[in-house]
Amino acid sequence: MSETKIAPSIEGWYTTGENPELLGTRCKWCGSYFFPKQETFCRNPSCRSTEFEEIPLSREGTIWSYTEHFYSPPEPYIFTEPFEPYIIVAVELEKEKMIVLGQAAQGVKSEELSTGQKVELVVEPLYEQEGTQYTVWKWTPVAG
Amino acid sequence: MAKEVAILGVGMHPWGKWGKNFVEYGIKACNDALDDAGLEWQDIEVVAGAETVRNAYAGYVAGATFAEALGWSGARVSTSYAACASGSQAINNARAMILADMADVVLVVGADTTPKGFLAPNAGERWTDPDWLRFRLMGCTNPTYFALYARRRMDLYGATEADFAAVKVKNARHGMANPNARYHKEFTQEQVLESPMVADPLRLLEICATSDGAAAVVVSSMEYARKRNVDPVKIRAVSTVTPVYPQSTVEMPYFSTDSAAAVPAPALDFKESIAHAAYEEAGLGPEDMSLAEVYDLSSALELDWCENIGLCPKGDAEKLLRDGDTTLGGRIPINASGGLACFGEAVPAQALAQICELTWQLRGQAGGRQVEGAKAGITANLGLFGHGSSVICSV
Repeated sequence: MSETKIAPSIEGWYTTGENPELLGTRCKWCGSYFFPKQETFCRNPSCRSTEFEEIPLSREGTIWSYTEHFYSPPEPYIFTEPFEPYIIVAVELEKEKMIVLGQAAQGVKSEELSTGQKVELVVEPLYEQEGTQYTVWKWTPVAG
Repeated sequence: MAKEVAILGVGMHPWGKWGKNFVEYGIKACNDALDDAGLEWQDIEVVAGAETVRNAYAGYVAGATFAEALGWSGARVSTSYAACASGSQAINNARAMILADMADVVLVVGADTTPKGFLAPNAGERWTDPDWLRFRLMGCTNPTYFALYARRRMDLYGATEADFAAVKVKNARHGMANPNARYHKEFTQEQVLESPMVADPLRLLEICATSDGAAAVVVSSMEYARKRNVDPVKIRAVSTVTPVYPQSTVEMPYFSTDSAAAVPAPALDFKESIAHAAYEEAGLGPEDMSLAEVYDLSSALELDWCENIGLCPKGDAEKLLRDGDTTLGGRIPINASGGLACFGEAVPAQALAQICELTWQLRGQAGGRQVEGAKAGITANLGLFGHGSSVICSV
């Protein structure tokens, strides 16, 4: 039996391990955060910075909105048959003052979610291809 | 007042899934608009096309494609792409040339042939394109965004699934009297609520389809119109503003917003700013509008637009709907044409179709869907990547 390899679905966007974090950048001149990373020019119209530092984003946030999907989306989304409904959550990060979307973690039910609820980041499998399991960041309600 | 241009003629090819080349649809719309204007093709000085990205090279050079199809006449051409706002940018090109005295009369046209199902990103692996990544990394479709907004209305303002269904019921009824609409079928609230859930809380009958279709508009200088002894519907404003940083609302195709940590979010969000710029330019306000054609990509999104174009404060759109204000015969009918609910989206033609509807309404030629005594109207739409538009027309 061959062992399944695990790999990120996209390199350098998040850390793994017990307390995973999204990796963004912060402009060294104006302090704006960016996710996905902005590394060569600043999108603040009053800033011409070319200097950015990689920075982990807050692991926790509050739900801005959420929706469960009952139809399989078109390519390039990859899923293992049979298609299972999935939830997408939009999460507000307080310190960064931005919203980041992601799927809800496996097993999370739509009925458990509400706007304003606290959630945290996890890394979970997204799909499997040619013996490799590809992961992505997801959101899950904070326990307790 | 000096910035007005005249609408001399409008024409459309009915929306549907006809399986033909988009050029065929466009030619029909162009010829109808020329007939409506009482002009010949050779009278046209410029063709301003709205691009389709789903029909290969001919679509990328839409202005030239239609000029060639109508018969090379030496006319100048331009082609605009601005996602769902492409038609408005083409109108704006036409208007700019007229107001700069570079042309007297311009033909504006947009047409599309669309594939079935969800609008998908273009093929190929594109690891730096958010429109590709959103599908790959999380299966984030266009209805995802509509559903996120809809859920938020429910949680913040107490909107109900019945409200969203009521929007569809209203627009379906409006569209019954529109020969250019794709769908001519009335629905009850129950039927809408029994249709399959696509992206909770939105159901199949509440999410707009993709369609084939075409719309064309002949615009001219006011002086050109006067010489022809017509008292035309006038374009009073064309707003094509982009967002102001930081854009702090989740917008297609992004899966994150700008950060408001260093720069506070602007007072008006993007959709509000689109209409605001149009009102400023026209010197008119929401209270002057007799009707509005807004981009109901989902039934719930129409409620957002009611607020974004200033018809009521945030959170009050459900009341407007429930009171019948936005129904034909009400205070300010929304989507008298039937809207996207009855058309489905034909991207490059859609913003022009909204202008066609305003024109027929303001001329009193809208038949069974006529808004009585219409004096002025506004359109609003929104597309990917910071595009949006609002056009104000008046008698």
